[in-house]
Amino acid sequence: MRTPEGLKYTKEHEWVRMEEDLVYIGITDYAQDSLGDIVFIELPAEGDVLASGQTMGVVESVKAASDIYMPLSGKVKKVNNALLDNPESVNENPYDSWMIAIEPTDASELEALLNQDEYKKLCAKED
Amino acid sequence: MKKTPLYQVHQDLGGKIIEFGGWALPVQYSGVLDEHHTVRNAAGLFDVSHMGEITVKGPEAGKYIQRIITNDISRINNNQVIYTPMCYPDGGVVDDLLIYKFNNENYLLVVNAANTEKDYQWFRSNLQEEAVIENISDKVAQIAIQGPKAGNVLQKLTRINLADISFYGFLDKIELAGIKALVSRTGYTGEDGFEIYLSPVDAPVLWLKLLSAGEKEGLKPAGLGARDTLRFEAALPLYGQEISEDISPLEARLGIFVKLDKEEFIGKEALKKQKEQSPERKLAGFEMLDRGIPRHDYRVRFNGKDIGYVTTGSYSPTLNKNIGLALLESEHVQVDKTIEIIIREKPLKARIIELPFYKKRYKK
Repeated sequence: MRTPEGLKYTKEHEWVRMEEDLVYIGITDYAQDSLGDIVFIELPAEGDVLASGQTMGVVESVKAASDIYMPLSGKVKKVNNALLDNPESVNENPYDSWMIAIEPTDASELEALLNQDEYKKLCAKED
Repeated sequence: MKKTPLYQVHQDLGGKIIEFGGWALPVQYSGVLDEHHTVRNAAGLFDVSHMGEITVKGPEAGKYIQRIITNDISRINNNQVIYTPMCYPDGGVVDDLLIYKFNNENYLLVVNAANTEKDYQWFRSNLQEEAVIENISDKVAQIAIQGPKAGNVLQKLTRINLADISFYGFLDKIELAGIKALVSRTGYTGEDGFEIYLSPVDAPVLWLKLLSAGEKEGLKPAGLGARDTLRFEAALPLYGQEISEDISPLEARLGIFVKLDKEEFIGKEALKKQKEQSPERKLAGFEMLDRGIPRHDYRVRFNGKDIGYVTTGSYSPTLNKNIGLALLESEHVQVDKTIEIIIREKPLKARIIELPFYKKRYKK
């Protein structure tokens, strides 16, 4: 399972990447692998303001639907709508398949997220 | 969790094991979509050893079975299989099952894994005839090979001409790679295929021999995930979803398996009455018009009014659409009617379509 360096992670298996003023959010390799073939994705709209922990979207595999949660609070600046027609790209390249980019309300919330080592340990425990 | 005799093989071959009705079984190997397409286009191998097997033997075995089931056992000959629901007196379904007829005094009943104990008690408590009922589930393993190439692969392991086994026919004690087995031309995928019953100790060997025999044909091991999407596209019912103790076979559109013209059977009065008055609810197939995947238990609305619920819903790999089966108030079951499925509190549009979603490709 890949867990790239330089990203932040959540207990709910989202990843977060800081790029200039925006925070890109997706789901991890571990998440896509446990879900199986992803066949449907629902994402918020540009301009939505969402709080940390709030549902920001849904990924559905053949078998089940799972919520995706906001790793930190912010305003949605970009939505990767290309994923909607190609949900399988989340299986193929989870770390390139960002779902939304947000402008964080409070950048210090990033500090509370897991680093690579902490996230790897979490996955090992769940297996 | 109970383990099938193939548990270790699944582990060794990389099956992803989950708990299903008390059993540890692979939900997938290479992935649900890949396995699904493999079964539709080549062949897939399934471990269905969790299914329950119950024998009914004795001079009045046939008479007894006839009184318990809704279908008509007198319509089949030796070496034939019949599909049937069996009902409670109120018309609700105890289970649906396959019955294998060896002769007038000897039958094998194959029931849903999670219902095995319940069914066994039901069989025993309703026994008035001269017959002996035995639960032999622990002594039987079951492997299903399904798909257009299933026959080609299986034929490599036996001298019996498999073309001699017609749809819903079976042969007992035939040899597959030297292993004694019962083989029937049955399945739960909507494709041609076979179900193989054998001794648990032989199951791992046969599984591996089948996989290597089918390498050229593209045979792959498949899990419960694909089994469910395959049966769902073919609109084959699943106990607990399309049928249950609260849903009658008539509501589930299984009327052709309910023979109201035969002698008395449990549930006959209730089903007869339901048929005369026509059932209040009926199963319907639908496809989503809006973006969304319907799931089991989601509510269905028409003009703002609740008219039923989804029994099974999924993305359909073969049709590349999101589709569902729903139990609806009968008056609303009209092809082309637009209904609404409530998905995460949002009413999303769907259209009622003909069943089955996928036309079965059995070899008769």
